[in-house]
Amino acid sequence: MASKQLKVLMFGWEFPPEISGGLGTACYGLTSGLIENNVDVLFVVPKLFGKEDTEKFKLIDAGTVEVNFQNDTFTENLKKVSYLQIHSHIVPYVSPEEFMQRQEFDVETLKVDSTFSTAKFSFDGKYGKNLITEVSKYAAVAMQVAKDNEIDIIHAHDWLTFPAAIMAKEVSGKPLVVHIHATEFDRSGDNVNQEVYDMEKRGCEVADKVICVSRLTRRILINRYGIDPSKVVVVHNAVVPKPVQYYPKENLIDKKIVTFLGRVTFQKGPDYFVEAARKVLDVLPDTHFVMAGNGDMFIKLVERAAELKISNRFHFTGFLKFEETNNLFGMTDVYVMPSVSEPFGITPLEAMRTGVPVIISKQSGVAEILNNAIKVDFWDVNSVADTIIGLLKHEELSKQLAADGTDEVHEMKWEYAALKVKEVYEDTI
Amino acid sequence: MKKLCFYFQVHQPFRLKEYGFFNIGKDDSYFDEKLNREIMRKVADKCYLPMNQLLLEQIEAHNGNFKVSFSISGVCIEQFELYAQDVLDSFKRLAATGCVEFIAETYGHSLSALVSPEEFKAQVAKQTAKVKEHFGQTPTTFRNTELIYNNQIGSLVHEMGYRTMITEGADHVMDWRSPNFMYAHCQHPDMNLLLKNYKLSDDIAFRFSERSWESWPLHAETFGKWVNDTAWNQEIINLFMDYETFGEHQWEESGIFEFMRELPNQIINHSQFEFVTPSEASKQLSPVSGIDIHNTISWADAERDLTAWLGNPIQDDAFESLYKLEELVKKVTDPKIKDDWIKLQTSDHFYYMCTKFWSDGDVHKYFSHYESPYDGFLNYMNVLVDFEERVRQNLGIKNADNDVHPGIIENFKRYLPEGVEI
Repeated sequence: MASKQLKVLMFGWEFPPEISGGLGTACYGLTSGLIENNVDVLFVVPKLFGKEDTEKFKLIDAGTVEVNFQNDTFTENLKKVSYLQIHSHIVPYVSPEEFMQRQEFDVETLKVDSTFSTAKFSFDGKYGKNLITEVSKYAAVAMQVAKDNEIDIIHAHDWLTFPAAIMAKEVSGKPLVVHIHATEFDRSGDNVNQEVYDMEKRGCEVADKVICVSRLTRRILINRYGIDPSKVVVVHNAVVPKPVQYYPKENLIDKKIVTFLGRVTFQKGPDYFVEAARKVLDVLPDTHFVMAGNGDMFIKLVERAAELKISNRFHFTGFLKFEETNNLFGMTDVYVMPSVSEPFGITPLEAMRTGVPVIISKQSGVAEILNNAIKVDFWDVNSVADTIIGLLKHEELSKQLAADGTDEVHEMKWEYAALKVKEVYEDTI
Repeated sequence: MKKLCFYFQVHQPFRLKEYGFFNIGKDDSYFDEKLNREIMRKVADKCYLPMNQLLLEQIEAHNGNFKVSFSISGVCIEQFELYAQDVLDSFKRLAATGCVEFIAETYGHSLSALVSPEEFKAQVAKQTAKVKEHFGQTPTTFRNTELIYNNQIGSLVHEMGYRTMITEGADHVMDWRSPNFMYAHCQHPDMNLLLKNYKLSDDIAFRFSERSWESWPLHAETFGKWVNDTAWNQEIINLFMDYETFGEHQWEESGIFEFMRELPNQIINHSQFEFVTPSEASKQLSPVSGIDIHNTISWADAERDLTAWLGNPIQDDAFESLYKLEELVKKVTDPKIKDDWIKLQTSDHFYYMCTKFWSDGDVHKYFSHYESPYDGFLNYMNVLVDFEERVRQNLGIKNADNDVHPGIIENFKRYLPEGVEI
């Protein structure tokens, strides 16, 4: 091994425990894995919420960085990001608290008062209406951080951090690796937001290497973004082998529980889950279904479940906190991920880790690597229902599948995934 | 003399507490005691206590010529017992005057008349027993929840022995007819119907403090004139409204109490009208004709139908899920389950799930403690699932373990990972 420790400046929009989806979880796992591989990671988030593990990780809260803009290159560069404007009613990631009230983004450009030489920017770190302004501010902070720290490489997760990463590369002259956890096509189907698409494309083009989370995503980058195949590599996600406290199921109703956990948006296929539930209930009427999560299809699906007359067997919990998620997995008999488009899909791994058998969509990145999972087409509601029924009716088989699944997942360590990432770094430098 | 009949609806639901998915199976106290107490105390201080006092003074001042009637839901009386003994006492004082009639309704202010005659009758028996216990009267007039009425409900109430019932004089059933007469059930000529004059009722209940209204501010003298100007041949004006109109919906500052303090004088001394209670009206008047009300009416919203409580998918599924349990609940003897069963039937729970935002949503929102109809619905369903489970456990009902069609299992096998077999 090389004696010199690699220093990575990493940009990510969220870091556990304050997260809205799989992105934060992946950032946490990857950073942990890199540390195990003797890589020094400096991780910049828009905002720290106070519960992050600052002993283990070197985290920078963008709002605390004193940005000095009294020099020419800085103001020049700042101009490049300050015109970043995105008109959109489609939000890339929706924070659960905000999706109901959310209006259109404020189209606001970043203004700097030139009578002061330094400034701090404030962030709310969510995905609210100031998102685009925050993306610009974050990029300004990134330049300062890149200047102040000795680094070897820059690594950025998803498009919100790309302006920041590009600026950091510009300032430091260091190579850039961008990491694609989801593309605009996954999030929005074919109704892509052109500005978001452009930002993703530009990030990939500027980058020296592009890491993506599945072969599925790699194909999208090559075919739909025109990225040079030779610089796009696949590193599948892993899962943190954390012991999970099981919720004592006997405290809750003695029923079989089938769970969906994820954003209630087009991408995740929650509507197929509702339709499948009706079919399962026709056969096994005492099964209970849980949809954990929030999103723009929430109300529509509450109404749909009511139309199907299954509201007394179908529970919408809204967004769950971390511990509640674990409690839910503890109660769950079958986990279903019917995603329409899923670059990777980390939640089935979390379910498997707690000993839950899973049914996953063939249209997910995680299907590329999992053996002990049932894989169906998301649109094939009959087969989704039949496999749920099969697992519920065959308890021994279910247990076997779950046990094998747990073993399989425990072999998927972030340490290994991070090693691959480290090799990408070494190739790049 | 012509008749003027005041009837006030007094009702407060047992509102549910915030009951999440993780409460299911562990928590059988469904109601928000703090919120219910707070609201009861607030309404008691703003409306029930001052208005009861006002009515008592007017009855005494007019030597028994001023009369009113009330229907108080059982769940409301129960909350008086829990949180507002003073209100209960003041209603007892009103009862003792002999000028106040108490009207029968369902204990839970429920919609049971629409689906279950048996449940309906049981709840009416429970409410009338409660009225007798506190006010020493056995009701002889009937008023269904929110004036909900159709021929069938009328027949059911007739079958139970009532001969006077009050309901809404909705335009779409009245057509050219005036509500200012007494009518009868179209199949039971001895079943008298008193119909709300919604125009004059709403002048007090809704428009009283509306500054943009041409008649604002409304004085008792003016209102007395409107009443007195009723066409020469018409016989009765029925003013039916929520009791909370006085001091709650129409604030004290609007002058509503002054208005009501003066109105008895205007009617008794300056008009050709006298006050009657519904059962007196029923005895003194003859019905002018039968009235055929096939489609259900109520006094709610602009539509005057059931759509405040039922009709959208979430209301319908919640309602059906509830009454699907009736057969099971009947077999249960556990008193707490029986008690919860009634309180879960209260119509307000379904009112909160109303999504008619475009026309009457404002009113619904005013009366709801939920952020949205969907919140109200999901909360209710969580409670109902827990309730169902308690009922099933009480009766020792096991989970269904049906046989599965072989075709389903054949399909399932196709998806098993390699090496896994059944």
